Amino acid sequence: MIELQRVGKRYGALQAIDTLSLTIEAGEFLVLIGGSGSGKSTLLKMINRLVEHDSGRVLFQGAEIRSFAPEQLRRRMGYAIQSIGLFPHWTVARNIATVPVLLGWDKPRIAARVDELLTLLGLEPAQHRGRYPQQLSGGQQQRVGVARALAADPELLLMDEPFGALDPITRQSLQQEMLRIHRSSDKTIVLVTHDIDEALLLATRIVLLDRGRIVQAGTPAQLLAAPANTFVSDFIGRTDLGLKLLGLQTVAERVRPLDGVLETSADRIAADATLREAMSTFVVRGVERLGVVDGSGTLVGTLHFQDLLAQRA
Amino acid sequence: MISTPAAGNRVLALLLALGLLSAVALPFLTVAPNRLVSGTGVALGALLQGAGWALLLPVAVLAWAAFVPRRPRQDALVDAACAVSAAVLLAALLGLAAQAAALQARDGNTLVRVSFGGAFWILAVLAWLAAADALQRAQLSPLPRALAHAAVWLPCMALLVGGALDDLSLLKEYANRRDAFHAAAAEHLRIVVATLLPALVIGVPLGVAAARSPRLARPLFALLNVIQTVPSIALFGLLIAPLVALAALLPSAGIQGIGLLPAVIALTLYALLPIVHNTAAGLQQVPAAALEAATGMGMTQAQRFWRVEVPLALPLLWSGLRLTTVQVIGLAVVAALIGAGGFGAIVFQGLLSSALDLVLLGVLPVVALALLVDALFDAVDSLLARQAR
Repeated sequence: MIELQRVGKRYGALQAIDTLSLTIEAGEFLVLIGGSGSGKSTLLKMINRLVEHDSGRVLFQGAEIRSFAPEQLRRRMGYAIQSIGLFPHWTVARNIATVPVLLGWDKPRIAARVDELLTLLGLEPAQHRGRYPQQLSGGQQQRVGVARALAADPELLLMDEPFGALDPITRQSLQQEMLRIHRSSDKTIVLVTHDIDEALLLATRIVLLDRGRIVQAGTPAQLLAAPANTFVSDFIGRTDLGLKLLGLQTVAERVRPLDGVLETSADRIAADATLREAMSTFVVRGVERLGVVDGSGTLVGTLHFQDLLAQRA
Repeated sequence: MISTPAAGNRVLALLLALGLLSAVALPFLTVAPNRLVSGTGVALGALLQGAGWALLLPVAVLAWAAFVPRRPRQDALVDAACAVSAAVLLAALLGLAAQAAALQARDGNTLVRVSFGGAFWILAVLAWLAAADALQRAQLSPLPRALAHAAVWLPCMALLVGGALDDLSLLKEYANRRDAFHAAAAEHLRIVVATLLPALVIGVPLGVAAARSPRLARPLFALLNVIQTVPSIALFGLLIAPLVALAALLPSAGIQGIGLLPAVIALTLYALLPIVHNTAAGLQQVPAAALEAATGMGMTQAQRFWRVEVPLALPLLWSGLRLTTVQVIGLAVVAALIGAGGFGAIVFQGLLSSALDLVLLGVLPVVALALLVDALFDAVDSLLARQAR
């Protein structure tokens, strides 16, 4: 989908991106992570030419991105930013319709797409499409921002710290929405964050940057289990490494078949919960066994506390 | 709301006290044997006889409203009563003055001039303020509010159009100069329009450029500020020499050192500052995030400008135009000094012949025009603001 070949970007004396190469495959949920000044935002903006690379090549579906008109290129890539940037003089519906209008879609198609996206992002269409941005909460505004980025069904979605300014609860629910959207579509998503927990939760692949270079790239499990150097393990945080590892796996992966030991009154946990949540439940309830239930609430197996300790990753 | 339920209306109470004071201390009318000598004062008290006592009826309503405890459910009713009483009072003051003038005319004193005194002006302004205060409290939506403000003047306009005021000195001056007055009105409007058009055509692009480039903005605003500090009479004078030189250079172009052209040039220079400033400020307050989003989603520069920047900058540009228009209506008076005509010509004629009512004949329509234009802008403003919510 995107290929960065030995790209560089210099701002005066500062080498923001330093001969960096990276290939983004179609369907990936790639998270660019790093401290401030690591070049993660610059790298993202090089993909839609908000920042022009001054050495190397950036290919979009095999063609150098400079061979596209920047506007044409950007209309094929959704873009969502931390400060959201909804247009205050336009209704929610008109905001979401920004790119479809630029692409010249007809009105019924736009209206149908707006309602579809509002529903997808958990906003009731009839109630929200006519409102203005300042009448929405911060979380609702970012939902509209994401809907706007998805409006013209772009092949690639670029997100620059989209949930950074939201409160933890709103952030969590939007992260879940993004996971759902990624799973239910074949979208390629590139997301920038400085929050390692967000990266571990969302990414199929994490790229950790420092001073314009890639320090390590790999799946969340690879980064946790085999950090390339102390910078990586420092960044991830050593103290709760075990908890983070548990957070990558679900109860379903460790569940054992129903045996006779489980009391009927035992506490339950959902099969799609993470092992980290299961750990928390064990501690809070003070039990050693949990009943595992599926989506419809049927008991499907049990989870023993010692199952958390088994290394099967 | 400034008042607690029990406190009454302190604004209205203050207006009434000031009114009472001026009615006692200052003459309500002055009566002069002819238009050029100064007259003797007539107090309001001397006119309060017969039907004149009816004046106290709206005053009584206002006094009641000032001291009656306010209760939420009665507020609308009290406000309406205040507005109506204030409008009636305004017309009654005018009627009382007209009646006194008519009495003089009936006695055959055609040369006698009856003019408004200090108490009349103060009472009229106070009555208008009372009406404005009541309408303010009523919290109407834009259109009804504009109509209500216009309705306050309706009784006075009826008196004027019905000819009831014709014996007042001001109207006698008008009758003597009817044609000159109408010509002056047309000239005045022509100066204002001829100033605003080039000011917009030059000022808006300059404002856009200033918003884009701080390097240009600093010297530009320095220059416009300096122009603003040059007194208007001096600026008119300074323009005569270059224009005369230009006229000598291009005899066929019809350029003159005095008249409409230098007036319009000078007024345009004054008008540039608010227009350039508000255009630039309007563009600068467009949220940076909206601009980044617009670019990031694939708007071209032109689309970004027309679809995002212009609509978001428009309210400030509009308020700059409002300020400028009112300012130009006032400044155009001075343009009469270099032969541009307008209401200023009547004002200066009055000043030169020491005929105060002639001065008023020139000034009052300028004030009325400025208020009218401001009210129109206000109405459009509120409609725009409501649309943007």
